[in-house]
Amino acid sequence: MSATPSTATPPKSAIVRKRSRAPRFFVVRAPLPKGASSWALALAFAMPLLVWAALSYLPFLWHPLVLIGDPGDTKHPGQYAYLATGQRVEREVFERRNAELAAAGKRLAQGERVNPVFLPPPHAVARAFYTGFTTPPLRPGEYWLHESLLQSCQVIFWGFFWSALIGIPLGISCGTFALCSRLVEPFIDFVRYMPAPVFGALAVAVLGLGDEPKITIIFIGTFFQMVLVVANTTRSVDPALLHAAQTLGASNRQLLMHVVIPAALPALYRDVRILIGWAWTYLVVAELIGEKSGLSSFLYQQQRYMNFDNVYAGIAIIGIIGLCTDQFLAMVGRLLFPWESGNNRLSRALKSFTRLFASQKRMPASVTTVL
Amino acid sequence: MPNDQLELPSYLHHTDEVKRRLSEIRERPTVMSLSGITRRFESAEGSVTALDTIDFEVRSREFISVIGPSGCGKSTLIRLVAGLDTPTAGEIWIDNQPVTGPGADRGMVFQGYTLFPWLSVKRNVMFGLRMKGISRSAAEKKALEWLDLVGLADFADHYPAQLSGGMKQRVAIARALANEPRILLMDEPFGALDAQTRCSMQSHLLKIWEAVDVTILFITHDLEEAIYLSDRIVVLGAHPGRVMEIIEVPVARARHPDQFLSGHFLATKKRLESLIYDPETHSKRGSERMSPVAA
Ligand SMILES: Nc1ncnc2c1ncn2[C@@H]1O[C@H](COP(=O)(O)OP(=O)(O)OP(=O)(O)O)[C@@H](O)[C@H]1O
Ligand SMILES: [Mg+2]
Repeated sequence: MSATPSTATPPKSAIVRKRSRAPRFFVVRAPLPKGASSWALALAFAMPLLVWAALSYLPFLWHPLVLIGDPGDTKHPGQYAYLATGQRVEREVFERRNAELAAAGKRLAQGERVNPVFLPPPHAVARAFYTGFTTPPLRPGEYWLHESLLQSCQVIFWGFFWSALIGIPLGISCGTFALCSRLVEPFIDFVRYMPAPVFGALAVAVLGLGDEPKITIIFIGTFFQMVLVVANTTRSVDPALLHAAQTLGASNRQLLMHVVIPAALPALYRDVRILIGWAWTYLVVAELIGEKSGLSSFLYQQQRYMNFDNVYAGIAIIGIIGLCTDQFLAMVGRLLFPWESGNNRLSRALKSFTRLFASQKRMPASVTTVL
Repeated sequence: MPNDQLELPSYLHHTDEVKRRLSEIRERPTVMSLSGITRRFESAEGSVTALDTIDFEVRSREFISVIGPSGCGKSTLIRLVAGLDTPTAGEIWIDNQPVTGPGADRGMVFQGYTLFPWLSVKRNVMFGLRMKGISRSAAEKKALEWLDLVGLADFADHYPAQLSGGMKQRVAIARALANEPRILLMDEPFGALDAQTRCSMQSHLLKIWEAVDVTILFITHDLEEAIYLSDRIVVLGAHPGRVMEIIEVPVARARHPDQFLSGHFLATKKRLESLIYDPETHSKRGSERMSPVAA
């Protein structure tokens, strides 16, 4: 019996060694290997870009249309005689026309394979990104791109500001006091199913042109969701913490201020980060009601002029602003709630910094004189 | 076979030291008294009587344990004393005042970890003092003293998430004691710890209890833990939860882990085992249920 383990051991350890050598990317809820994490992040953006570039620059991949460079002999009659320079036509149409022309012995049409207008290549969008900011507005009274952008950010900010200012305290009250919950939540639950855009005409009628109706739409779009989300988050605070605080003598008011709110705060912060995304969704609606304004009106115009490179540049700007805000808020969150991310480098640095000061204060006089 | 068994003393036999200590305890003022405590839970499936007319008294500075099988209503009992729940019938008195809700005079250490995760260890211990309106600096000084007593002074600025389970419960004890409660309620505080940590926590708790003027109501389902720590043990039976016996522990103080193998310790353990696990020694209700078969 004692011989069996010794013969069985080598293959076993060999298997173990083989397994540990291969990088393991698909382990349930385990962190990625060190380098792989940053690679994956880079790939997250590189992959869609590469697909886009491939579709744009490799004609054999897609390019379903033909951009007519020379329509050939336009005088020759036929079903497809409408071809003209600069037109984008289906490849099949182009080939049939050439067949017609060839059969008659006329000059053939010339053209190159291209993508539809709605898919401009990356470099065109990159250029539009730059020129968007450098081109003056077409007509007097219209705005520069950066002015539109500022307008949009202002509408978002104020809409979300008011919604958070009222929604968060109301949500916390609903999550804390049964009476508030009963009084407020059923009605809000009813209103939140009404799409915010339906209030557009009403908002303009009541508040006139200008930014107020737009801010109102953002407010309506986020406020009702916010109250319900905040109430639920507040309700999910561990009741054991409340019980512990009660046995430590906390009064009703102290429970709210010193337990419910701090306990819910990190989750509330995450909720708010998600809700800001909602605000951007309603921006497009808000800016197209009444007097068109902001980034959405820029997008709307460019769409009508078929300047899809500008449209994509505009959309990319929204994405970049959103991503930056969210990353910024995430960073601030890590600073605000160091207990959530215990081994966070920033908060640790901050803590050791404060400890340095504290320990200097606490040091007895004899030590400081020696130093 | 009988030759293999140890000759144990009766668990009712008390040495002079034990007799003296217990009679001295009996003369102390009553801190808490339960009279006719009943708690029934009504639900769609019917009503469950978790506790049925519980009566007992706890003297000042006494260490009293409540044991019983799982589901016999131990947590329910301690929640009633803490004021987190109200009894269906009966009254609880603390220092001759009826309990009407939670209060700082009854500190509690819970079965799970209930430290406030957003506060540092020191701030957790300061919590009760700050709620009372004691100034920050005074509260901080006191908190550091208590942390010193539970041996965690070096961890004052850590967050609870950075502590082990045993350390968390020590902070929870310091947090409850910093409030200087009349009675400390502990609901299976060491239930989630491994055997070794649990053992050192028990010794630690005894040291704290000896150093501090506090009465402890301790809940556990670990028989040895109950014997090792307590002056008296209230044994609860299940369905419905009721007092089966109150045992005066015949083990001398100061307690030491070596006593786990002493005759009085083993005799008490045997008695507790027979009360909790052995259906034959069950109370009258059990035999009443059997009677139709006999008839
Ligand atoms: N909120 C409740 N609603 C309904 N029944 C309950 C409730 N709380 C407790 N019970 C019932 O009361 C009985 C006692 O529960 P309790 O939690 O006090 O037991 P316990 O002795 O603490 O058990 P354990 O040792 O497992 O912690 C159980 O039968 C349980 O089903
Ligand atoms: Mg329990």
